[in-house]
Amino acid sequence: MKKINQNEYQKMVSHLGKSPWITNVIWAFFVGGAICVIGQVIIDTAKNMGISQEDAGCIASISLIFLSGLFTGFGLFDKLAKRAGAGTLVPITGFANAVISPAMEFKTEGYVLGLGAKMFVIAGPVIVYGISSSILCGLIYFFMKGGM
Amino acid sequence: MTKRLGNNTLLFPSKPVITGFYSVVGKKEWEGPLRQWFDLTVGESHIGETSWEKAESKLMELSTNGALEMAGISKEEISVFFGGDLLNQCIATNYTLRTLATPFIGLYGACSTMAESLIAGAMCIDGGFAKNVLCATSSHFCSAERQFRFPLEYGGQRPQSSQWTVTGSGATILSENGTGVRITRAAIGKVIDAGIQDLNNMGAAMAPAACDTLCAFFEDTNTTPWNYDLIVTGDLGNIGKDLLRELLFQNGYAAQNLEDCGALIFSEDQDAHAGGSGCGCSASVLNSYLLKQLNQGKWHKILFMATGALMSPTSALQGESIPGIAHLVQLEKE
Repeated sequence: MKKINQNEYQKMVSHLGKSPWITNVIWAFFVGGAICVIGQVIIDTAKNMGISQEDAGCIASISLIFLSGLFTGFGLFDKLAKRAGAGTLVPITGFANAVISPAMEFKTEGYVLGLGAKMFVIAGPVIVYGISSSILCGLIYFFMKGGM
Repeated sequence: MTKRLGNNTLLFPSKPVITGFYSVVGKKEWEGPLRQWFDLTVGESHIGETSWEKAESKLMELSTNGALEMAGISKEEISVFFGGDLLNQCIATNYTLRTLATPFIGLYGACSTMAESLIAGAMCIDGGFAKNVLCATSSHFCSAERQFRFPLEYGGQRPQSSQWTVTGSGATILSENGTGVRITRAAIGKVIDAGIQDLNNMGAAMAPAACDTLCAFFEDTNTTPWNYDLIVTGDLGNIGKDLLRELLFQNGYAAQNLEDCGALIFSEDQDAHAGGSGCGCSASVLNSYLLKQLNQGKWHKILFMATGALMSPTSALQGESIPGIAHLVQLEKE
């Protein structure tokens, strides 16, 4: 066989198997939007019941995490996410799914070294860099305000 | 008697014969276009076991038992078992061997294992070291996903170039004597790395290796694709198949009689994107569709070439590209 030029081969490959991005964007827009609407309905309902804006936001997050967990457990979340892509990934639902799905998967290796250890295998980096960057931002803010 | 031709091709003057073969597949594969050819479906993915790894082992147990039954021999008559799978330490195969308890040589060639085991088996028979050998491999969608990709319930989107690991197993018994399809020639593949780093495009990673093995075989044997009724690759999928055809064309071979087990096993509406993959893909298609049709006389001489992407999640994270390999066997019906 003639020697393959890696750059030329990359070019040959790059034309094939493109994702249908227009369909993906439409799905993500509507599913992501629908999840946000559900969140907003929860916030408004809570506020109507006399709960403060801050607490209502908390209730919405908790409810969405619960629903995401429930649907993951029933094996339905991945079926929706397959089409919705970023629509289910970007809201808090994606994060909940990323924690719960490995917990379910690795239960066969035991509750400690399986479920417990592998639970954050996908979401771990988000937590590590999320907390790190918030501390960094906090420090910058602290010094911008002139220290103590 | 010479048993070599050129640099890469092996000749088997005694023509080891396939006396038994059997295929077992999962539900999705059973619902695909090759349903009528498979021997058995296991239905639900767990197959009554407590882990995916044990379920995969069960698949191999079923296929090996089926092949033994077809050949009409007992497991004690098997001199060597050549086999392997995709899982770390080839545990699915090892666990099958706990009960089968035949002499065993474990192989790892990623998805090329079916052809790899047939070559090893044919050499063993032709060398006079065995009367009967068993060659088997398996893969399971769920055990492969958790080892190589994401948990099953994780809500991710699979790219169009990705392939679906086949839940299935195939087993072949090669014998010194008997009637049936014979292995007459083979070519052992080389590791070829064309620099593909995309874990979701295995077809592209394997196509150059498939082209290399085929070209070497054609040169050694002084043949062209037209000398064979069919050239069938293991799990290049639709993308890899197109790439292989293009690469062969660049090397001066027009191969219209090219097929791929990964492209055959699922239909477009089964959401498998670029097609099937995994050891079980080529193993289940060979031990059903291909061997049955060879026996029925639809084809007389075919080239079966299982392709493997030698991918490791560790090296992929370290920025390494994915090497490919492809082994070829020539199957002939007398």
